[in-house]
Amino acid sequence: MLEQIEGSKAMARVIALCRPQVICAYPITPQTHIVEGLGDLVREGALETCEFINVESEFAALSVAIGSSAAGARSYTATASQGLLFMAEAVYNAAGLGLPIVMTLGNRAIGAPINIWNDHSDAMALRESGWVQLFAETNQEAADLHVIAFRLAEELSVPVMVCVDGFILTHAMERVDIPTQQDVDAYLPPYEPVQVLDPADPISIGAMVGPDAFTEVRYLQYYKQHTAFDLIADLAAEFAERFGRASGGLLRQYRSADAELVVVAMGSVNGTIKDVIDEMRGEGLSVGLVTLVTFRPFPTAALQQALAQARHVLVIDRSLDPGMGGPLASNVDLALRNLASPPAIHSAIAGLGGRPVTKASLHRLFRQAMTEPWEGPHFLDLNERVVGRELHRRGKARRSGPAAESILKILETERAAAFQARSETAK
Amino acid sequence: MQKLKFYQKGTLTVGNRLVDEASHNVQASQERSNSLTCGHRACQGCGEALGARYAIDAAMRAAGKQLIAVNATGCLEVFTTPYPETSWQMPWMHSLFGNAAAVATGAAAAMRVTGKSTTRVVAQGGDGGTTDIGFGCLSGMFERNDDVLYICYDNEGYMNTGVQRSSATPPAARTATTPAIGAQPGNVFGTGKFVPKIAVAHDIPYVATASVADLHDLEAKVTKAMAFHGARYIQINVPCPLGWGAASHDTIRLARLAIETGLFPIFEAEYGRITQVRRIRRPKPVAEYLKLQRRYAHLFRDGVEDPRVARIQAIADRHIDEYGLLET
Amino acid sequence: MIQVRIHGRGGQGVVTAAEMLSVAAFLEGRHAQAFPSFGSERTGAPVVAFCRIDDKEIRLREPIQKPDILIVQDATLFKALDVLEGLSPDGFLLVNTARGFSDIHLDDVVARIPAGHAQAVPATELALAHINRPAPNTALLGAFTALTDVVTLASVIAAIHRTFPGKVGEANERAARAAHDLVAAHVSAAKDHADA
Repeated sequence: MLEQIEGSKAMARVIALCRPQVICAYPITPQTHIVEGLGDLVREGALETCEFINVESEFAALSVAIGSSAAGARSYTATASQGLLFMAEAVYNAAGLGLPIVMTLGNRAIGAPINIWNDHSDAMALRESGWVQLFAETNQEAADLHVIAFRLAEELSVPVMVCVDGFILTHAMERVDIPTQQDVDAYLPPYEPVQVLDPADPISIGAMVGPDAFTEVRYLQYYKQHTAFDLIADLAAEFAERFGRASGGLLRQYRSADAELVVVAMGSVNGTIKDVIDEMRGEGLSVGLVTLVTFRPFPTAALQQALAQARHVLVIDRSLDPGMGGPLASNVDLALRNLASPPAIHSAIAGLGGRPVTKASLHRLFRQAMTEPWEGPHFLDLNERVVGRELHRRGKARRSGPAAESILKILETERAAAFQARSETAK
Repeated sequence: MQKLKFYQKGTLTVGNRLVDEASHNVQASQERSNSLTCGHRACQGCGEALGARYAIDAAMRAAGKQLIAVNATGCLEVFTTPYPETSWQMPWMHSLFGNAAAVATGAAAAMRVTGKSTTRVVAQGGDGGTTDIGFGCLSGMFERNDDVLYICYDNEGYMNTGVQRSSATPPAARTATTPAIGAQPGNVFGTGKFVPKIAVAHDIPYVATASVADLHDLEAKVTKAMAFHGARYIQINVPCPLGWGAASHDTIRLARLAIETGLFPIFEAEYGRITQVRRIRRPKPVAEYLKLQRRYAHLFRDGVEDPRVARIQAIADRHIDEYGLLET
Repeated sequence: MIQVRIHGRGGQGVVTAAEMLSVAAFLEGRHAQAFPSFGSERTGAPVVAFCRIDDKEIRLREPIQKPDILIVQDATLFKALDVLEGLSPDGFLLVNTARGFSDIHLDDVVARIPAGHAQAVPATELALAHINRPAPNTALLGAFTALTDVVTLASVIAAIHRTFPGKVGEANERAARAAHDLVAAHVSAAKDHADA
């Protein structure tokens, strides 16, 4: 049924329809509304036979889910940012053990400096942990991806992370079609674990593996992820058939078939990009978009196919590897480098720590990619004046102090001056 | 009827012959589950292997063999499961070093929610995995009163990684990270923590300390713990011949001396109150215990007793006083 | 697409106002997107919330920089920040104040937009009278339906009841109706004046 609903609440409702049996909750902005919503549903009795456990840390949250999943219960948790890093050891462990846990990640920046707003640094930090990582474009997709995620996780016996842009989606209220319990049940059969702690059939899980077998065990993890490509595509097709809308899959293309410049991006920014593309197309500019839904496993073949005809590929990263640039750009680069005539790849870093990614800035960026391409990462809307002032200040003294506080001071001084000037003009 | 007290009943010889059938220990029974079976790779004289075997079989009997074990990383995990072999004849899982209590919470929750609440869950780890890195998860499991029996095999250090100091390492003990060098050789006085006391402070249903020197008592405590639902904690003193620099044949002797000196108090607590204390007939001087271990060798160099021995004696005396350990 | 920006302070129901407005539009079969200016939630701190309304799917996710309609729940904000930033030249301005625009030194602002597009509403006073709480958001939404024809009063009232079930909803409905009637009277008086 169509509802005007906050993203987090919509996700909570749909996660409940997936009949999780154990939910581990630990608060961290901006994912809190999801587990709060689930807690309400459990207390109200709408979600039956479910243990809702308030734990003492994110590390415990995922550890409890590891225990409950291994013991045969469909298990769910959610986190963001620092929370994901705090549970990092368990993130790798869940993947290594092949436990089909589903976790929502309310994407948020990682400090220092501490920042509660959206970017993809958290998901990128653990991209090599062995989890499947799916990115939602809208709240409809954020909700839908959870249904797909449980199915995918349990069919493959791998954990799946549903990445949802913090605040931009989690706190946005928009129209979401909440599926019926019957449809979700038909799509998602009850959990049948491939390994389970059961006194009737005792097994040991989590043994130490030495050099003689570790490569093979790891290879199987790689193999499993690579068999996921077809399955992810099939599950999206089956989802579309049952629910009547496109959610999930490896990637989606928008006006990209004949485009000279194809933008590659993940998450909620794709909506704004589509608006920009329509406007640019209206001006006769040949621009298209590839929305990457599945980041891990990385759909190299599908990307090659989607981008082979492009002259320019502009990759928008919502995170930064300070010693390298944009992680998504590096991945796309690697995927395309062996094409017969690979497109030129341009990397842009945008929307860090909640910086709005505006249509105006994207217009400029897309034009520049076609007319004056750059080397290395381009930082969208970087305040170069402030950076210049800080670098200058820093060059003058050894004990130059903390960078973040200096930048804030410069900005605050400028802001106050501007406000003062405006007030005086008004008078 | 005359009430007999068998001070040797912990052994399999005199005790089982003299006590009634019902009080025979679990290991004496043909029905024992051998949950931790032979063939594992523990060192000769390993106190932890012995303690775990008795504890888990007792828990298995109490749970009617409907039992799942979760293990922290550590010696017990490594020596029992060298891939692709396992010594565990029960459902057993190892996840990480610091999360055994939380994983056990999850397993217990799964049992409740899948309608198998008769299947019980134990978590186990060494002192490092319990009192240090796993302490947050342990305290969380306690305060939520999750239905888990957590057993800590306390050998007073990180033995698996090569004998480093933990927060359960006693003062003056030499470890790889508290070497017997300098003005304050060995582990520093005034540091460390005794987690059973902290467990009691959580007001959980049952807390006990036990020792491989009294296996009958150890089994009885595990059995009693299994009669409770909610969070339970047992810390078992398990000497480590390698880490302590002791002879393999002295494991039981050392464990007994730890009790009889007062250094390792044996007690039970229910819902935040101490209910039972194991008393000592004649306290042994700590030097008798220390001298058997090379980790304390620096206290007895050239036949001269270091003044620190007196400080350790003071700790033992304080325990005797605090817990009322003297038999009256 | 209609873009509405709501300014207020933490605790005044700014985000809820944007959400109720989006629900009202949704009930009329339109697409709507409401979202807050994502910050740490502190009572009294300046808060901004946004609402976009359109007849087709809304894909744009940037904050609203050029609002068509501005709702200001706390007139003291004019002194603290540039509330009017980006307001379209033929935009609408709705301010919660019991005083006139001249009293709060906004005459020049009012002059920037077409006559009648700026309205002052004593929303806090109406809220205190009807809800017994200084929560001006529902009164302002009622006023909003009199000032613009984006959504109807009936839809706003339905949205209010979805957010506040029972007696609280009824009280909020009364506040919204009172504010609506007040502004409707202003608007029609101004119209009569213009016609005459």
